[in-house]
Amino acid sequence: MRIEIPDLCVVALVGASGSGKSTFARQHFKPTEVLSSDYFRGLISDDETNQIVSAEAFETLYYVANRRLDQGLLTVVDATNVSKEARKEVLHLAREQDCFAVAIVFNLPEAVCQERNARRTDRSVERRVISRQSEQLRRSIRNLKKEGFRYVFVLSSEDEISQVEIVRTTLWSNRKGETGPFDIIGDVHGCYDELCELLDELGYEVDARACTARAPVGQGRKAIFLGDLCDRGPGNVQVLRLVMNMVSTGSAYCIAGNHDNKLLRHLRGAKVTTDHGLQLTIDQLAQESARLADVADGASGGAVGAAAISGGAGGGEHGVSGLAGTATGDPSQADFISEVATFLDSLVSHYVFDDGKLVVAHAGIKERYQGRSSGRVRSFCLYGDTTGEIDEYGLPVRLPWALDYRGKATVVFGHTPTPEVESVNNTFCIDTGCVFGGKLTAFRYPEKQIVQVDARREYYAPVKPLFVKDASHESILNIEDVFGDKHLSTRLRRSIRINMENSAAALEVMSRFSADPNWLIYLPPTMSPSETSSLPDYLEHPTEAFDYYRNRSVNQVVCEQKHMGSRAVIIVCKDTDTVKRRFLASSGGGSSSSSSGGGGGSSSGSGSGSLGIIYTRTGRHFFDDHHTEQAILARLQAVLADSGFWQDFDTDWVCLDAELMPWSAKAQQLLVEQYSSVGRAGRNALSSALTAIEQAVSLLPERELIPMNEARETADMTELALRYQQRLDALTLYTEAYRRYCWDVNSLDDYRIAAFHIMATEGRVWCDESHLWQMQTIARYTADRDPIFVATNHLLVDLHDPSSVDAAVQWWTELTDAGGEGMVVKPFDFIAFSGNELLQPAIKCRGREYLRIIYGPEYLLADNLKRLKRRSLARKRNLALGEFALGVESLERFVREEPLYRVHECVFAVLAMESEPIDPRL
Amino acid sequence: MLLTITYTGQNTTDLGYLLHKNPYRPQVFELNHGRAFVFYPEVSDARTTAALLLDIDPIDLARGKVGSSGGGLFDYVNDRPYVSSSFLSTAISRVYGTAITGRADRHQALSDSALNLTAAITMLPCRGDTQMLRRVFEPLGYEVAYETFLADEMFPEWGASSYVNLTIRAKVRLRDLLKHLNVLIPVFDRQKHYWVGADEVDKLLRLGEGWLADHPERDYITGRYLNRSRSLVNQAFDRLSTVDQSGGEVLSAEPDFAADAPAAAELPATTATPDSAAERKERKPSLNTLRLESVAAALKESGAKRVIDLGCGEGNLLRLLLQNRQFTQITGVDVSHLALKRAHSRLRLDRASDSVRERIQLIQGSLTYRDSRFGSYDAAAVVEVIEHLDPSRLAAFERVLFEFAKPLTIVLTTPNKEYNSVYELGLDSSQPEEELRHSDHRFEWTRVEFRQWAEATAAKHGYEVQFQGIGDTDPTYGTPTQMGVFSLCE
Repeated sequence: MRIEIPDLCVVALVGASGSGKSTFARQHFKPTEVLSSDYFRGLISDDETNQIVSAEAFETLYYVANRRLDQGLLTVVDATNVSKEARKEVLHLAREQDCFAVAIVFNLPEAVCQERNARRTDRSVERRVISRQSEQLRRSIRNLKKEGFRYVFVLSSEDEISQVEIVRTTLWSNRKGETGPFDIIGDVHGCYDELCELLDELGYEVDARACTARAPVGQGRKAIFLGDLCDRGPGNVQVLRLVMNMVSTGSAYCIAGNHDNKLLRHLRGAKVTTDHGLQLTIDQLAQESARLADVADGASGGAVGAAAISGGAGGGEHGVSGLAGTATGDPSQADFISEVATFLDSLVSHYVFDDGKLVVAHAGIKERYQGRSSGRVRSFCLYGDTTGEIDEYGLPVRLPWALDYRGKATVVFGHTPTPEVESVNNTFCIDTGCVFGGKLTAFRYPEKQIVQVDARREYYAPVKPLFVKDASHESILNIEDVFGDKHLSTRLRRSIRINMENSAAALEVMSRFSADPNWLIYLPPTMSPSETSSLPDYLEHPTEAFDYYRNRSVNQVVCEQKHMGSRAVIIVCKDTDTVKRRFLASSGGGSSSSSSGGGGGSSSGSGSGSLGIIYTRTGRHFFDDHHTEQAILARLQAVLADSGFWQDFDTDWVCLDAELMPWSAKAQQLLVEQYSSVGRAGRNALSSALTAIEQAVSLLPERELIPMNEARETADMTELALRYQQRLDALTLYTEAYRRYCWDVNSLDDYRIAAFHIMATEGRVWCDESHLWQMQTIARYTADRDPIFVATNHLLVDLHDPSSVDAAVQWWTELTDAGGEGMVVKPFDFIAFSGNELLQPAIKCRGREYLRIIYGPEYLLADNLKRLKRRSLARKRNLALGEFALGVESLERFVREEPLYRVHECVFAVLAMESEPIDPRL
Repeated sequence: MLLTITYTGQNTTDLGYLLHKNPYRPQVFELNHGRAFVFYPEVSDARTTAALLLDIDPIDLARGKVGSSGGGLFDYVNDRPYVSSSFLSTAISRVYGTAITGRADRHQALSDSALNLTAAITMLPCRGDTQMLRRVFEPLGYEVAYETFLADEMFPEWGASSYVNLTIRAKVRLRDLLKHLNVLIPVFDRQKHYWVGADEVDKLLRLGEGWLADHPERDYITGRYLNRSRSLVNQAFDRLSTVDQSGGEVLSAEPDFAADAPAAAELPATTATPDSAAERKERKPSLNTLRLESVAAALKESGAKRVIDLGCGEGNLLRLLLQNRQFTQITGVDVSHLALKRAHSRLRLDRASDSVRERIQLIQGSLTYRDSRFGSYDAAAVVEVIEHLDPSRLAAFERVLFEFAKPLTIVLTTPNKEYNSVYELGLDSSQPEEELRHSDHRFEWTRVEFRQWAEATAAKHGYEVQFQGIGDTDPTYGTPTQMGVFSLCE
């Protein structure tokens, strides 16, 4: 016996003890697919026959079953399932999981079961129990379909059982193998002329009179109709004919819309209200039917809409194999109405295409419903997420399901007419209300290109004004997108894990301090220092950075002078319109906050007149003062306009990664409270101490000899004086070190900004250009045009040329001896791999003097340095790679115009990783 | 780092006997956190100076081996090795321990008498309250002199550093001087390198015996010494009161610095300046309580059963709500994990009965992210929260609360900016209203501004709003807190 079951379903084995269910399950299913009640009894009580824990065992079994089905995995419930109550649970599970329930019944003579049970050594069931079960089973069999099992297979002999072959079939909705390209067409509603024009526009060969259209030759394109072919418009019959033709010739797919569904019910003789344009379709069908009847030389046509259609099975998708044939035979001879009915009956609620990357449904579909099948899936696909309430226009209230959509698949749907195509979270609503005088829209996949034709006129007055979506929906992020344990997948790193604690910390920072998330398209990664130097007086030295890259088959590196300032990400737009269009389009626009009468004048918000933003590496506005920020951006905009950047890069915005100086501009509080305080306390205290020590030393020669037994506790004052002199010197050098990075800012001209990466412009992330290109391009477009914007000194180093390496070391030495912070060594390529290993995007080598402000004023004292050299970089480097991958990913997503939450989750993850406790001196 | 004690008079080298330290033998002592040296920079008949030099290992300190948990308290660039802090107090106890007891064997008479002593404390951290130096030391009979310094002479605009070199001089017994120093150095520094536990109260009472109970700044000293741990402070007060037999004065149950802490949402991460005059004034005992009571009353009147406190901080409102059985489900939300932890412990939830635990839950969440957990409440309280939001995020907040969570009632409070004039903020009277009451306030609204915002927001989302002032009413400036009660229209 051949048993066909859907590849996702719940299979209930039904049979008395000893009927061979478990043996059967072992033969035909994977061990993990079979959930046996005995096994769960054992799991809970160490005894597979313990009936006392049945309730707990089943509770656990169904818990596991649910989790499996959540994952889309077929699940077999191996229990006797002979009582109706037991089967109710199975059916409930299937319903909750929107998949079919299948019953495989082991209808063996009771004697066989009794005999097998008697032979069992491991356990035995009382005879009367088996008798009762067999009795229950016999009474159940004919009701199984009625109970709700989609498929029932009854095996009535041992022979039959042994000959079973189980075949798994895909659901009708599953067209994952079809990759397109597709032209997805929104609600037509009888707008035949517009449909022909649109198909023509799309390159189809249209014969409007014959109602046929052929896909453009050789491109493999297919049309997909999103349902609602009929009602309201003038050409319902032609539209139906054309679509039916296209579907039957394999040039199109069509899914069911709510109007199609209602028409079908009418054709089947159900009583439906004929409002919303249905009467028009019915009349047109009647005319057509009559015309055909005349043509066929028949007598007066059958009653229009009579229940002449056989009351076949439910929705077409409920079959499991093959596409239901649309009407065949000579159309002019066939009863057109019954042909239409058959066609409508064959329409499935949704399709999943292209390996799950594209899903189409008339009114949309949640991720959880994709590829599933149930009444509620169908109803969601037809009507959307309705609440059962009716609005003031008498239309059902629809919930904005797309707002919560987080699925990977692009969902294209119609149903809700809007003036323009609405896109939220990778969903596209392409019903642009053609029949209401709007447009008929096609969405080309995978191009994501929109093709539209205007309605020739308004055929039907909308009941209510076309729904204008609140574009700000997308700007409201959902806590579930970011909070909790998360796994992110990026192009550069397959899997990045964010744990709960870190996301909790990031949530606080993001909520309390960060700029509007619409602006945060990138956070820079942390940077690891070079391995600890082996030289006696150095903690860091370029040698180790060069070794790192040379050992990983990088031949050239770019050394860039490290500016001692604060990291700043700059987004500057060509004009304020670009800000609105590209960054704050979906933001509430501050309209409500501006109506508040302003927030105490300290608003650093995204108000009008903004050209962009400058933010820190944790996503905070770099400047508390909105005016300073915007004044700097205005000057940068002028520089970029002047140098031709906007034209040359064909963009109207750019994201730059930069260093903003002086350090004291951002770190004033830190400088005063931390750095200068330590310098002050240290210099004063050490010089007082030194004075006291020296006074004491000067008195020493007059003192008595110290008894030997007290010598151990006696201080060596000369040594102490020497050491305190060293300590005092260290504090003086330390003070000089931090002072170098501080200067007064009296006007904008006192700021210095050194950009070192052009991260992204419209449509492009520039991480595929080398660091040499980055340095040269930035210099070409920004340097020498405005004192604020400075180029970065850099050096290209050939790691296999000793003289080139020596020159770089020499350069670094001079730079750092003069008080420079140090340099950053980057592989020639922005994204560098060694085999499969993603390499550090940059390694910093900091100068000896500079490191005093990191490792403490006295770090170079021999005893201290020795201890400080024990440091481990592994975690820092791992963090740097993860954050780098996330940063590139967020930009790529932004440039691809992915939904805000997709960009934000990467940015949030960088912040979360940054909260990981790690040695802050690295 | 350095404490010198100078004895002037005759036979001053006897200081060595009192300190139990030989003036002719510099000594080194191993301490937990480094070493201490004792030596004498001056030794003469008329004048003898003993120096206690504390030599803290900065590397060990930074690595968190000492004192703190995991190095959090101590950064790598740190003033601790150089200043006079609780480390110095510990060193005094350890190195001059015998001297503190006053035991001096053959020199007991000298030890028991008041001597001309001068103590010089180098680099005492004394943030912003140098006037307290006199108020603390002068009542004990000291002449006080101190020197202040610029943070960095190259950048005079950075202002004064928070350190002073303090010199105190008096005719005093050595043991009393040492006790005074031991207690009072950490009072000024305010950072303790060790966990302040209950035994700290004993130590304070022991060292403070005979002088602390009558000290006019007793509350200040006790509070600071015990690091503002309120329960410890209360313990100390109780015990000091019983010691204080002569005292007719009734001790305040709660010293003002330990008044109800502001909701954690009000506490910026590290930059809290709770001692500013404004803050102290705002925390007049009544206003916070008054505010919470008004909010609770509004919630009660709304008939709400299920309520959510958005920005619950340490749970002051939650505690009030728990007392009313009308509220069957109480949820506290805060963005700060730490605040929730504090709320949990202040509400004693781990010891609460099942019936309490079933009524209350604390969750971490943000007011700028849509959150399904905020749904299905009858009422939401948003007490002194919105002024901590960046104005650009206010729109997101409005939608999260009014559009998506959509409770039937929303009770929202925020400061009335106009009332700041009543607080007479700042000495710069030209712009009193520009001062915000709290450093983390991103904005404050006048009554008109609040009304406009509230009415626009209510209209947009189908609510009606009514206003109420909380606190003393000023005829010109209104009340310090303003409250809006939003009701969802049917």
